Amino acid sequence: MSIRLENVSYRYLEDTPMETTALAEVNLEIGEGEFVGIIGPTGSGKSTLIQHFNGLLLPTSGKVWVDGVDLAHKDTQLRIIRQKVGMVFQYPEHQLFGETVLEDVGFGPQNGGLPAEEVEQRVRRALAYVGLDFEELKDQSPFELSGGQKRRVAIAGVLAMEPSVLILDEPTAGLDPKGREEILDEICALHKERGITVILVSHSMEDVARLVDRLIVMDKGRVVLDGTPVEVFREADTLRELGLGLPQVTELMHELKAKGLAVNTDILTVEAAEEEIARVMGGQR
Amino acid sequence: MRFRNLTIGQHIPGDSPIHRLDPRTKILGTALLIVLLFSVDGFIGYALVALAVAAVIHLSELPWRFVIRGLRPLMVILLLTVGLNVFLTEGEVLFRLWFLTVTREGLVRGLMMGTRLILLILGTSLLTLTTSPIQLTDGIETLLNPFRRIGVPAHELAMMMTIALRFIPTLLEETEKIMKAQMARGADFQSGGLMQRAKSLIPLLVPLFVSAFRRADELAIAMEARGYRGGQGRTKFRELRFGRIDAVAMVLSVAFTVLVGVLF
Repeated sequence: MSIRLENVSYRYLEDTPMETTALAEVNLEIGEGEFVGIIGPTGSGKSTLIQHFNGLLLPTSGKVWVDGVDLAHKDTQLRIIRQKVGMVFQYPEHQLFGETVLEDVGFGPQNGGLPAEEVEQRVRRALAYVGLDFEELKDQSPFELSGGQKRRVAIAGVLAMEPSVLILDEPTAGLDPKGREEILDEICALHKERGITVILVSHSMEDVARLVDRLIVMDKGRVVLDGTPVEVFREADTLRELGLGLPQVTELMHELKAKGLAVNTDILTVEAAEEEIARVMGGQR
Repeated sequence: MRFRNLTIGQHIPGDSPIHRLDPRTKILGTALLIVLLFSVDGFIGYALVALAVAAVIHLSELPWRFVIRGLRPLMVILLLTVGLNVFLTEGEVLFRLWFLTVTREGLVRGLMMGTRLILLILGTSLLTLTTSPIQLTDGIETLLNPFRRIGVPAHELAMMMTIALRFIPTLLEETEKIMKAQMARGADFQSGGLMQRAKSLIPLLVPLFVSAFRRADELAIAMEARGYRGGQGRTKFRELRFGRIDAVAMVLSVAFTVLVGVLF
């Protein structure tokens, strides 16, 4: 399941005085099984970009292919594409509507035309992925759950379609540190165990540095940087100019180097930083 | 699904003489226009009113294209009104078209009704196009103030209007967002029979209502946190001022209304 964008531009309110370009000439290919992070300042076109991946938006000019299928082609069944490319919006719990958790999480697979027993199986599995108990929750109203649980139920609603690509727009916004950690770990596990492609939009440099294999930086509707996190975080000046900055540990390593300590600055985690500093200091901890 | 193209109630900021008029003048002027449109009979009268509306549009410095576009959403009603009047009025038969008969009286009535409606829409949309929602509600509040003694809650009505207007774009945005999220889960809002379609709206309407109530709650708390206690003793940052330009505009519109209304 690969996604390919060729010269994709998107303009809001075309042909009015309020026309704005949200995406400009984006070329991108995301391969099967990748774990991609997308970062960029507010208004850089991240949300517009990811909505092109499942045909919620179609480009003003340019082409998008999902698994070799041209999304703008008139015979393309976007509903089928959307079952394969799952998308979790920001604050997904605001879209809960079902009378029971079972009904809400089962909405996607049911729209996919699956029989009731299969829908229930899918709901059971999806809830397990986000660390919730099916038997305990299935008959509860989703509106009576806690904030963190609501978020999980909403994410499960997308997982229940068992998509081969999962797109998440800031899935941890507004959660407490423990909730953040847990949800990110669950997403990571999904990627590792089931090999699905994950595309994660985030504002947290720490999260993307720790999780993703590939990082795309957006600004003003363009892809500015695209590479492994180590490669991207080498461009410290560009990132600072965009108001994005580096992960804190990477920043620390840069400052140590500026102060004259010959450390390697390609460090993204606290553990790696610890080792590197120990190495430079001659093995004493 | 393109809610963004909606122009009803839209405000285009500007600095034309019409924009600078006191909102009360504009509201009363619009009221006069409505009265006039329903008292005038005959083409000369309509032509004069049309001329006056055209003059005001010109003075407002708004692009004509934009003002005319305001007619588009009401096209169906317009065509229906004209059509019904043309085909269903009895009188001297001019010609027959299949099963439809066109009479002289019908043609005249249809044309007049059409002109009346067009002028009505243009005139009232000019009011909202040139007046910001805040000014508009301020104007309504002060105009309603004298009726407070007989129990009209002027301030509350104005506040409700302000809030409602303010939240129209927010709710439209929210609707689009929820629709997209449900479409990402395979929801289909466009196909199926009537029942099917009504049912498909549940996943849209439930979250929309939940969020509207959440917003209302948050707004109420935020307003109280900033010291809102209703209209009693509230002072305003921008006081309404009835200036010389308003006096001139008022005198002109009243004179025009009386003259045209009596003569035609």
